[in-house]
Amino acid sequence: MTRRPFTPKVVTANALLEGDVVWLTEDDRWTRDMAEAELIEDEAVADDRLLYAMSQSRVVVGAYLAGAEQTPHGPAPTHFREMFRTRGPSNYAHGKQEGAQNSSKSFAPSFEGR
Amino acid sequence: MYRYNDFDDAFVRARVAQFRAQVNRRIEGSLTEDEFKPLRLMNGLYLQLHAYMLRVAIPYGTLNSAQMRRLAHIARRWDKGYGHFTTRQNIQFNWPRLQDVPDMLDALADVQMHAIQTSGNTIRNVTADHFAGAAADEIEDPRPVAELLRQWSTDHPEFQFLPRKFKIAVTGSPNDRAVTRAHDIGLRMVRNAAGAPGFEVIVGGGLGRTPMIGQVIRDFLPKEDLLPYVEAIVSVYNLLGRRDNKYKARIKITVAENGLEKIRALVDDRFQQIRGQFGGFDQELLDQIEQSFAPPAFRAAPTEAFEAERAANPGFRSWTDTNLSEHRAAGYAIVSVSLKAHGQTPGDATAEQMDVLADLAERFGHDELRISHEQNVILPHVHKVDLPQLYEVLRANGLATANIGLVSDIIACPGMDYCALATARSIPVAQDIATRFDALKLEHEIGPLKIKISGCINACGHHHVGHIGILGLDRAGVENYQITLGGDGAETAAIGERAGPGFAYDEIVPAIERLIEAYLAHRETPDETFLDTYRRLGAAPFKAALYPEKEKAHAA
Repeated sequence: MTRRPFTPKVVTANALLEGDVVWLTEDDRWTRDMAEAELIEDEAVADDRLLYAMSQSRVVVGAYLAGAEQTPHGPAPTHFREMFRTRGPSNYAHGKQEGAQNSSKSFAPSFEGR
Repeated sequence: MYRYNDFDDAFVRARVAQFRAQVNRRIEGSLTEDEFKPLRLMNGLYLQLHAYMLRVAIPYGTLNSAQMRRLAHIARRWDKGYGHFTTRQNIQFNWPRLQDVPDMLDALADVQMHAIQTSGNTIRNVTADHFAGAAADEIEDPRPVAELLRQWSTDHPEFQFLPRKFKIAVTGSPNDRAVTRAHDIGLRMVRNAAGAPGFEVIVGGGLGRTPMIGQVIRDFLPKEDLLPYVEAIVSVYNLLGRRDNKYKARIKITVAENGLEKIRALVDDRFQQIRGQFGGFDQELLDQIEQSFAPPAFRAAPTEAFEAERAANPGFRSWTDTNLSEHRAAGYAIVSVSLKAHGQTPGDATAEQMDVLADLAERFGHDELRISHEQNVILPHVHKVDLPQLYEVLRANGLATANIGLVSDIIACPGMDYCALATARSIPVAQDIATRFDALKLEHEIGPLKIKISGCINACGHHHVGHIGILGLDRAGVENYQITLGGDGAETAAIGERAGPGFAYDEIVPAIERLIEAYLAHRETPDETFLDTYRRLGAAPFKAALYPEKEKAHAA
């Protein structure tokens, strides 16, 4: 069986308290804006970053690697599900669509949550 | 309606207190997510795509005005001002914050509601005919039995870790409005030769990945044997059901793999063993419960004013033509309030609408409300003389859509707009179909038609039993919609047949339109429904309409 070549990824999860979608940044913050996420182009690094994310159980839930691509505005989703996660539902302007004007984009610098 | 006794109240309060402590321990870090997840699911708290979701049970779909007002209050205070009614007679709040959930559960407990066993591999909220206690065709109100089952199944120590979730539906009428044949256990009240009411017991129905119509395991079960017999079924399933493969763990697979005869024999054995243990207490309890479901004091009043308003007001007449059903009491009607205004999200009600419905139930409806599995709200007991006033209030609040049972009365699961399991969106497809047929002004011409949409193979939107079913899938990273035809969730239940290759997101509404044009062209009379026409002609003319290119290729 041939393995599929690795494609770029971001680490994503949901915030523990609100459940809002978050992404891991290069400097170990969780951002609510995907454009600030760390785009990971190496599989070993991706595994390592995911392990780190999974150790952040006190701030996020359900971390996983999601496909992404580089754009002039930063990393962007490659699948429609991840696209919806950057936005919110399509029937009401709720979720990130209404939160776009919120001031603080990132939260809870990592602490030793095991 | 059933009122909690001290035991019920203490149990629900204790569970909220436990969960409050669990949430606190999760937030402060002494519980990991792996430890916390089963605890939150036991209390109906899911993590979805964009936020947490709290699923609250509405047992057998029955609510009073105080409960409806409390749902409105919860929506306003801790959510975004609305709630979503589901195909299992639950309500879902889509935006709660983790730290608020214990307060929400306390607020529910104040009005005798909870979110217990709305998730997990347990016996879920027992659903019932939404016209229960009101329908003209009913043998008996099925809700006392549903309440008995709720009490028995809640925290039942033997059934907290079943192989998979377990869903029971009950109806007291020969016309099945509770989709009993698509449940793990379906109970249909029937009379025996002596005229005594009992139950036809159906087992092994279910939708999802492997849709199956339930089979009759017992033609006639005397009412007094109900609890031990149901316990025997669940007990046999608990031991025999597969735990090695999640997709083969539902009782429908247990029945299919072992055969109905073997299951029946095992259930009968178990039933004989445990029957004596019930010792009549269940019947005493049922007696008490039945008293609390005594019908309201129906009043006698002339209905001329109703007829006069029908003659004078075409909007009112149209609404009464589609949204009323026959009541058992003279002069009364069952009112179905549509939560399917064209272009709105099926099953969603704003907090303001919930308050209005609560007021109407109090003023005109003997304080009773129901939630239907078709995601509408029912006022089961309204005297016809009050309907003109009621209609005006509904109209002023966006609740008077005259479309019950029509093309825009669509069941849709939350789909990928909310659900973490979904493979495609459902809601916008439902919105677009409703808007399109409203613009065509064809809805009433088309007549009775059930479109049901699921955003993944788990089939919460009941697409297999839609006359037209739509299943949203992810095909190579693009939303794709499969159509099934000829499904039926009523007493003549059938699983729909897949029509052919799926359609892209922007092709699905035109495809549905072609399908319905084909129906209008082929029906023999305006009274022949879509389902009748499909049953008479089979799939061929509908497939031809769906795939005109293929037709051309054949002809060439």
